[in-house]
Amino acid sequence: MSHNLTLTLSHVRKVYANGTVALQDMNLKIGASQFISLVGPSGCGKSTVLRIIAGLGRMSSGQLEWGGSYEQPKIAYVFQEAALMPWANVLENVRLPLKLAGIPKYKALAAASEVIALVGLQGSERSFPRELSGGMKMRVSIARALATKPDVLLMDEPFGALDEMTRSRLNSDLLSLWSQMRWTVIFVTHNIYEAVYLSNRVVVMAARPGRVVAEISIDVPYPRTEEFRTSPLYNQYCREVSHSLSAASLGMTDTSSDLQTASI
Amino acid sequence: MSWRQLAALFLEFMSSRPSLFKRLLSPDVLAPAVVGILAIIAWDLFVRITNLPPYLLPGPILVLQTLFQDWGELFPSLLITLKITVVAFVAATVLGLAISILFTQSKWIERSFFPYAVLLQTTPVVAVAPLIIIWLKNDIFAALVVCAWIVAFFPIIANTILGLNSVDHNLLNLFQLYRASRWQTLLYLRLPSALPYFLGGLRISGGLALIGAVVAEFVAGTGGSQSGLAYQILMASYNLQIPKMFAALFLIALTGISIFACLTWLSDFLLRDWHESAIKREN
Repeated sequence: MSHNLTLTLSHVRKVYANGTVALQDMNLKIGASQFISLVGPSGCGKSTVLRIIAGLGRMSSGQLEWGGSYEQPKIAYVFQEAALMPWANVLENVRLPLKLAGIPKYKALAAASEVIALVGLQGSERSFPRELSGGMKMRVSIARALATKPDVLLMDEPFGALDEMTRSRLNSDLLSLWSQMRWTVIFVTHNIYEAVYLSNRVVVMAARPGRVVAEISIDVPYPRTEEFRTSPLYNQYCREVSHSLSAASLGMTDTSSDLQTASI
Repeated sequence: MSWRQLAALFLEFMSSRPSLFKRLLSPDVLAPAVVGILAIIAWDLFVRITNLPPYLLPGPILVLQTLFQDWGELFPSLLITLKITVVAFVAATVLGLAISILFTQSKWIERSFFPYAVLLQTTPVVAVAPLIIIWLKNDIFAALVVCAWIVAFFPIIANTILGLNSVDHNLLNLFQLYRASRWQTLLYLRLPSALPYFLGGLRISGGLALIGAVVAEFVAGTGGSQSGLAYQILMASYNLQIPKMFAALFLIALTGISIFACLTWLSDFLLRDWHESAIKREN
């Protein structure tokens, strides 16, 4: 997999049937193999962006363009809930996208086992979703996304429902997978710390109407270690993202916002 | 094979299913059994103390005696009623499932036809049965099956349609993302999601098919050589053979319970791996 895939969103606007402006003039450029996080309060349209990129929702106006040598990149989606089929075991759940693509069973099973091992779930192939913990379910969900060998991985608050320990484990594991595979990742979250730790770039969005208010590059080389998570540099980035978030939620014209954010 | 081997095999078999004996002693079986036995004793005592004549209320022992005595008459009738019930139930299951799938494939079909399915359900079968029996007068068995089918059919489509539409939204999006065909979505997503609902519908329908069969037999009355348990009840009541009425009633109740038990077992078996309803928990 050579990655020169780029994605450009220009003037994307999404208005729902009831008149709500979910996205207003969204512009975003994503380079090859980047890890981008979208951060913002609920209702800022971050999930809407993902749905539009995935082709699950239509934009009202604007343009979405894939660049590089790709006509139609392979997209995988990880939802906030693991969204597993409760009647199927881990292996069958992971095999699903391959089965839908009509790939022969023996090949699909081999590929599924491979990604299951990749996310650290070997031995649980025959388990049913109800027997798994929240973190394990999410690993299955990620394995299923990886089974198709995607070019782009869209993740919609995937670790939002997990406890802090599990979240931080999954964050490091995701990052190490990403450094091997180098897909383009667009990661939606409302967790600033997670966004800073993972991403090349954090895109801060504001609500009503949904729009981009800041883009912050995290210029720290990968692999990012545990030390990075406790470094002053990390804290500084977190503060920066936090500032633009609260500035956005208070209304950008409000100059007294500095006072407010100081207490956060 | 030696004696020893045989004994070992037998022991292994018994120990591999210790649940069978245990289950008979579990509170789930024991509690209702005790209630039943107490009720029968109370019934017997009541009849003895008040000295009620058997044509008003026969005692349980007399009912049991009659059951054995008239077994030659009652058993063929049981088979006929059972046959009507089973054929109607199978037809309701197959057609119910097919119609549910059809309805969920197109909103327009559902919109146009669902009210008539409701109409079929809300019209009392006693009211329609005479008509159906006149129309199908050459084949009384078919007429009775149709009546029972009308009663049994609706819970299956109501439940199955609900199930087919209760698909996890994220999974539906996932299927869309991977460009699943309509057929794949039905086969791999909608049908498995609907299975618990469908099985719930079956459990209701099984009992209803029996009720429908008995009601239709009542309406059909004494006509024809094929006469089921309802016919036996009718005849017994004309002849004031109240113990025989009770015996027939007992057979109908037993049939209903057996149908329910079979379908519950089927449901638990099919859902054992994943559905909340079939999973045993410690707490």
